[in-house]
Amino acid sequence: MPFINFSKDEIQCKIVYYGPGFCGKTTNLQYIYSVTEEQTRGKMVSIDTKGDRTLFFDLLSMNLGKIRGMDIRVQLYTVPGQVHYDATRKLVLKGVDGVVFVADSLKVQRKKNIESLINLAKNLAEKGISIRAIPLVIQYNKRDLDGSDSEILPLEVLEKDLNSMLKVPSFSASAIKGNGIFETLREISKLVVKDVSRKIMFMDKQQAKG
Amino acid sequence: MNVVITKKDLDKIEGCLGKIVSSSFANSVLLIDRSGQLIAQQGNTPDVDLLSLSALTAANFGATAEIAKLLGEEEFTLLFHKGRSENVYFSAVGEHTLLVTLFDDKTSLGLIRLKMNQMIDELAFIVSSIFEKGKKS
Repeated sequence: MPFINFSKDEIQCKIVYYGPGFCGKTTNLQYIYSVTEEQTRGKMVSIDTKGDRTLFFDLLSMNLGKIRGMDIRVQLYTVPGQVHYDATRKLVLKGVDGVVFVADSLKVQRKKNIESLINLAKNLAEKGISIRAIPLVIQYNKRDLDGSDSEILPLEVLEKDLNSMLKVPSFSASAIKGNGIFETLREISKLVVKDVSRKIMFMDKQQAKG
Repeated sequence: MNVVITKKDLDKIEGCLGKIVSSSFANSVLLIDRSGQLIAQQGNTPDVDLLSLSALTAANFGATAEIAKLLGEEEFTLLFHKGRSENVYFSAVGEHTLLVTLFDDKTSLGLIRLKMNQMIDELAFIVSSIFEKGKKS
């Protein structure tokens, strides 16, 4: 649900990073925060919780430039990944315009990835949004563990598990090292902006008719 | 669904918020939507990060709504946080938005509540017409 403010010439959108626990959603935001300039980003807000887990959400707002003379401001949110925090995930998904699904490449997390994607589809459906219609990008995180002691899944397996039906853009990434993070952000921003522009054009047509 | 706020709508909302600020002596009044987006603001709070405040407020309201459900209530329609000198008062405006009032010890909670309640119906009417338009688009 983009907010289009004609008075301030500003469009506000919400992008949510979704995925199983410990897959690296917060690390994605932390990396973006650490390397972007202050003019383009706001503060990073993390609700302080004990330990490494996100209990509620993290938030980072960014300016993405202009389309048709209007400033695009996106808010990046993360959700808690653990299964039992479903109520919180639903709250954060409220008004979402685009989703990045962060998958954990570790072999032991294979089932958790699939469960989390199904959970995303279910929670979106409850809000009347189809997972096939919303701008969505999949990120295969922790690729830097390739060749280490931790066994990771080949990209083909992850694609088959998570993207064989959806066929959305996907990226391999390492949130800790920063690889693939901006590619993911750029793609989801592009899809969201395209979706919003389509909606604005549709509204213009409606107004012209009316 | 898109939410489009025209200049005319925003002027009306800002008019209402302005009245609350001037009559209640609050420092600042914000109208935000329940997904955490800032819609309008009046008053003077230069050092506050309003975008983060909006997101956290929406989350706060959502979280307490879950507490309310556990207790058999639908939601708590108002919340009040008291600090040493700064205080925040939150109130639901219809089903889509929240009103956030920041104030200090120059005024009182009673006056803030009174002035806010006087404007809430008018604000709820303006807001619901904006969201109704959004549903049709």
